[in-house]
Amino acid sequence: MVKTAIRADEVFAILQQVHDPEIPVLSVVDLGIVREVRDDAVAITPTYSGCPATLVIEQAIRQALDAAGLQKMRIETVLFPPWTTDWITAEGHRKLEAYGIAPPQPSGAVLCPRCGSAQARLVSEFGSTPCKALYRCGACGEPFDRFKCH
Amino acid sequence: MDSVFDHAIRLGDDALILGQRLSEWCGHAPMLEVDLALANIALDLTGQATLFLALAAEEEGRGRDADALAFRRDVLDFRNCLIVEQPNGDFAQTIARQFLFSNWQELLLAEIAEAPAPALAAIAAKAVKEVRYHVRYASEWVVRLGDGTQESRGRMSDGLDWMWRFVEELFDAVDGAASLRPAWEARIAATLRAAGLERPRPMRPILGGRKGHHSEHLGHLLCEMQFLQRTYPGATW
Ligand SMILES: [Zn+2]
Repeated sequence: MVKTAIRADEVFAILQQVHDPEIPVLSVVDLGIVREVRDDAVAITPTYSGCPATLVIEQAIRQALDAAGLQKMRIETVLFPPWTTDWITAEGHRKLEAYGIAPPQPSGAVLCPRCGSAQARLVSEFGSTPCKALYRCGACGEPFDRFKCH
Repeated sequence: MDSVFDHAIRLGDDALILGQRLSEWCGHAPMLEVDLALANIALDLTGQATLFLALAAEEEGRGRDADALAFRRDVLDFRNCLIVEQPNGDFAQTIARQFLFSNWQELLLAEIAEAPAPALAAIAAKAVKEVRYHVRYASEWVVRLGDGTQESRGRMSDGLDWMWRFVEELFDAVDGAASLRPAWEARIAATLRAAGLERPRPMRPILGGRKGHHSEHLGHLLCEMQFLQRTYPGATW
């Protein structure tokens, strides 16, 4: 069935079910990359220029839209303004923390997602994916990823 | 007056070739964190290259795409600056190249992000955020190596000496970004001071990358990078 009219909030609900392949706990909505939903198109903004997940995410969004009968809805990539971690939703922050990744704090604070200690030490600004830096907790000793402020 | 195509192809080729060079370190870096960092920087650059070359292809309007420009173009048609195609050498030489280039690239992208060409500006605004990490990473290593042991200091100094001859091209009056030089010199001087290193002495500059006059190294790099698409044109996976 091909739907002809759908509300933006219904599209957001569909996209809430599409997850980032590298951080599957986050949906593309949580990540803040869905910038606009119009009658005929969804606009997305990639996180990093070289993020290998970008293509996979676009395909996943396509599949989800098709499955909802929205074959005619286009996916547009919008580069400007560039994505920023400020666009990660409050829900996204909660999910990241529960998943063991320290969310980006504009204050610069880094709390260990395991024990909550603030005694974290930067190991490398480049972690397992372009969006994460590697830290080690000074209290519990565990290494952890932190979403970079970007 | 250079067209958007000219700008996009230069920016794209710089990023593509340096991304390819850095990826040669993957699995060979002196330690795991360095391996991850260099691979991440390479990935950022390859992503930027994809965006700039896609724009160049669109501007060109001859039915080529970013992949065609990257993998099916001959060496004489590449417009990257010479510093990015230089071999990695040891880790210090790689860091020297990154330090000199990333500082320049950040200043250039910041300027383009404010310029009136919207398609270029959008890519630059995104890329400049990534390049700030590259600058910080390379600068920290320049200080660590320069201010380290006699061995690390000597290597860092040699690396800078080797790469310095390619600096002039970045600011060349014809194809360079001459106006960025004072800001670039100030950044370089501040980091070298922190590292306790001397600014390399002036040497005869080597120019020509922007006109397609490359060192022999680029041909070898392209042989490896383009092998698959040359052997099986249009192959996908
Ligand atoms: Zn802890």
